[in-house]
Amino acid sequence: MSAEAENTPTQKVAIGISFGNSYSSIAFTTGDGKAEVIANEDGDRQIPSILSYVEGEELHGSQAKSQLIRNSKNTVAYFRDFLGQEFKSIDPSPCHQSAHPIQHESTISFKIRDSEEEKENDVTVSEITTRHLKRIRDSASDYLGKKVNAAVITVPTNFTEAQKAALSQAAKDADIEVLQFINEPVSAVLAYDARPDAKIADKIVVVADLGGTRSDVAVVASRGGIYTVLATLHDYEVSGFKLDQVLIDHFAKEFIKKHKSAGDPRENDRSLAKMKLECEAVKKALSIGTTANFSVESLANGIDFTATINRSRYELLASKIFAAFARLVTHAVEKAELDPLDITEVILAGGNSHTPRIASAVGNAFPETTTVLAPSTSPTAINPSELSVRGAAIQASLIQEFDVEDIEQSTHPMVTVVPHLSHAVGVLCISGDESHGIFHPIVDAETSLPVRRSAIISTPREGGDVLIKLAEGAGHIKVTKPEPKPKKEANEDDEDDSDEDDSEEEEEELRERTWKIGKILSEAAIRGVKKGGKVEVQINIAADLSVNAIFREVGAKGGVRGILSSSKVTQNGSA
Amino acid sequence: MATVQINLPLPVLPEGWAGEKDFKPISQLSAANDRNIEPVGPHFLAHARRKRHKRTFSEDDRIQAQANVKKVEDDDEGEISEPEDPVLLQREAKDWKNQDHYAVLGIARYRHRATEEQIKKAHRRKVLKHHPDKKAAAGGTEDDQFFKCIQKATEVLLDPVKRRQFDSVDEAAEVEPPTKKETQKGNFYKLWGKVFESEGRFSNNQPVPKLGNEKSTKPEVEAFYNFWYNFDSWRSFEYLDEDVPDDNENRDQKRHVERKNQNARRKKKTEDTTRLRKLVDDALALDERIKKFRQEEHAQKNKRRFEKEAEQKRLAEEAAKAKEEAARLQQEKEAAEKAEKAEGKKAKEAAKNAAKKNKRVVRGAVKDANYFHAGGDAPAAQIDSALNDVDLIITKIDNEELATLTGKLNGQKDGGVITQIFQDEVKRLVGAGKLKDGEAKSLSA
Repeated sequence: MSAEAENTPTQKVAIGISFGNSYSSIAFTTGDGKAEVIANEDGDRQIPSILSYVEGEELHGSQAKSQLIRNSKNTVAYFRDFLGQEFKSIDPSPCHQSAHPIQHESTISFKIRDSEEEKENDVTVSEITTRHLKRIRDSASDYLGKKVNAAVITVPTNFTEAQKAALSQAAKDADIEVLQFINEPVSAVLAYDARPDAKIADKIVVVADLGGTRSDVAVVASRGGIYTVLATLHDYEVSGFKLDQVLIDHFAKEFIKKHKSAGDPRENDRSLAKMKLECEAVKKALSIGTTANFSVESLANGIDFTATINRSRYELLASKIFAAFARLVTHAVEKAELDPLDITEVILAGGNSHTPRIASAVGNAFPETTTVLAPSTSPTAINPSELSVRGAAIQASLIQEFDVEDIEQSTHPMVTVVPHLSHAVGVLCISGDESHGIFHPIVDAETSLPVRRSAIISTPREGGDVLIKLAEGAGHIKVTKPEPKPKKEANEDDEDDSDEDDSEEEEEELRERTWKIGKILSEAAIRGVKKGGKVEVQINIAADLSVNAIFREVGAKGGVRGILSSSKVTQNGSA
Repeated sequence: MATVQINLPLPVLPEGWAGEKDFKPISQLSAANDRNIEPVGPHFLAHARRKRHKRTFSEDDRIQAQANVKKVEDDDEGEISEPEDPVLLQREAKDWKNQDHYAVLGIARYRHRATEEQIKKAHRRKVLKHHPDKKAAAGGTEDDQFFKCIQKATEVLLDPVKRRQFDSVDEAAEVEPPTKKETQKGNFYKLWGKVFESEGRFSNNQPVPKLGNEKSTKPEVEAFYNFWYNFDSWRSFEYLDEDVPDDNENRDQKRHVERKNQNARRKKKTEDTTRLRKLVDDALALDERIKKFRQEEHAQKNKRRFEKEAEQKRLAEEAAKAKEEAARLQQEKEAAEKAEKAEGKKAKEAAKNAAKKNKRVVRGAVKDANYFHAGGDAPAAQIDSALNDVDLIITKIDNEELATLTGKLNGQKDGGVITQIFQDEVKRLVGAGKLKDGEAKSLSA
């Protein structure tokens, strides 16, 4: 009867969770494959990762955040990075204005009054995480009308196995089965690539995440939808808190100027907490409007304080931090041994990426060919706060049908560690001669193997016999000083040229990305190409580096097939 | 597969270039770097699939395509395979009320679960097969009766209201409740589960709770029976109505039939409700779990009672023990006191005797000391005074002093020494203030 169909004992309802130090968010994927971020009961899509206890009542999210002023001792905040860590290796500074972390056996706990009794309990960080995830799960369940029991959770790239295990356990205690942990930057790339109009291309993406307590930058190679992280960089100094601090200092000085007798509001814990909350709001307001109001009642000594700030003032104050962030991004590119010219896209993630100045500061570090995806630079950009959670939701919808073993096997190093091409493989155009020919890549460097690509190449106008030379190419940055006369390859589009902001050279110089022709791999000939005809080249590179290439005229049958056996095989053959 | 468009023209083949089959391998690729790819996104899943099943790109493409195609085929096959009963094909369209619409369309196995899509498909399939024109073309008769049956069945099943009416009286979907005997073989849950599933199709409240099995918890079982005792059914019996005459001539007759139908419906509905109630009663009576829960509850209650009683018993025993202990202690104390008393008496007597003896010794000593007379026989007066004095001493001293005195006197035969001892004693007594000086005249020397 109908029961059989419904009888699936535990139908998996999976969501994506982005669990950050400051904010968490949840998303699910609709039937047509679009990720949607879920708002909690308070209507927040960005749910502060804060829990507060008032007389045994648990407050969560923005309700808990407002408790930071009155009830800071029983409010737990910014605890994500403590999970699975030892006390000696954590940085407690973000928790200065909330419950302080203390050592508890081998983990970390908080001393808070979480029951109606008049005594303080030691609550471990994993217990706090469980409670937080439970609240989040309840919000998602309420929204979806189905009990959520599984999730894909995003973590920073430097999350250790121990931290993942602790998070997995905490999630399990909250009745959430963790299908997979995925890295935040990759999740952000996935969120962009999963848009229906997105084209899967070979590109190198920098994901810069400016969060509340930390900043992470990752350089990700995306090759036909397969992602490889080339380099990551983490910074705990350049953070959203620093931006808040700049505003706090500014308004504190203004306040002292007006009310000399009242004293410095930064010296009073409660005043400082009030300023911090208000400054965060001001910062957000300045991302949208050009002016914002700062207004706190009874800031210090019972004096109310109101002030206005405009965006340019704020940008001036915080310029150092913006510059530091841009520097961080360029450092990550350097760490990946790449040049800003190699970067196709910069994705700005994290709440602070709403700030227009950050987008422009980062944009200035890259040539004009690089797209910066942030709300202020691109109208189609996805909300940077929601990037990683959207990616997680998409991944959750992709794998929720799978068994746990299936997922485990698929994420096993056996499957994930693959050879990547060290050089690009492409053809020589215009001239077969190495000194005159122009290399055009078909398969880019850092592409995971095996790979299959095809290319359609123009032929000389009059057709005839053509030579197809497959070669390896290495990316190369050509620096052209304007004074000496430009070299020969200036016939390329000027679009590739751009001036560099970050380089300290005083005179402007032209930098462009060219290819250095490396080893010639093979030569092939197609005879009698029709006038205006095109040639199709299909390259299959196997994991053992053997190349299988097919050359044919578009529309024609047959063609030339060539095989380059892998170096290993040849050695075996000769031995 | 990604395709790269290259707009730069290829070089012209140099003169005299030649290669075997127009291809000349020159060198190999340089070594690759091993890197970790991120296990994220649809393209990675495809990669994982290829890697784990060791497929090449084109193999994987083909297998994926096949997998997608197969699904469609499966669906179709499942629906076609129902054979047609020759008796069914002989049906008259007039008699549509009694026909099994699902069987006519060949979806008897789905019955009330058939989706609209399935019904439409089934209809199309049957039409293609039984269209009268086709039959005529094949040289058959002009018989379109079964075709009309098909049309009627589709008409009923595609109209949600009519379909519900038909489903209400669809006897083929009924599951007869098992007899008591059948359930005794231990397949209570299997047999009754089917019954409830079939009855559940009439429920306005979905999903219908399941009977469960012997491991179901008490709240689950309770919720189940609560649901069935408060069953909200959409079942109705219009389908069995007598045909209402459609002529305008006899209004009364029409109304009469209508009223009759109304009453019949109501009656049937009541009967159905009673039937269902009895069915649930029967199931409840046979349900082992109810008994089990009752026993458990009983056991729980008994256990509590036993515990209480045991506690009381233990307290009583403890009290009795304490009492006994107290009594024993009391007894012991009394016995000890008694013994002590007896002992005291004896000692007193002994002391008395000893004192008597001592007195005798003392008095004897006086005699030995010749009544303190210096020489020769003592005169009577001396004897009297000496004896008086000694008696005086004896009365003045207690038993212990008497015993020491006796000790000193014992064995002394020399009158002088004895006299000396007595005099010492008198001196001591005078010193202690028990005797007045000169009271024992005979010893005051």
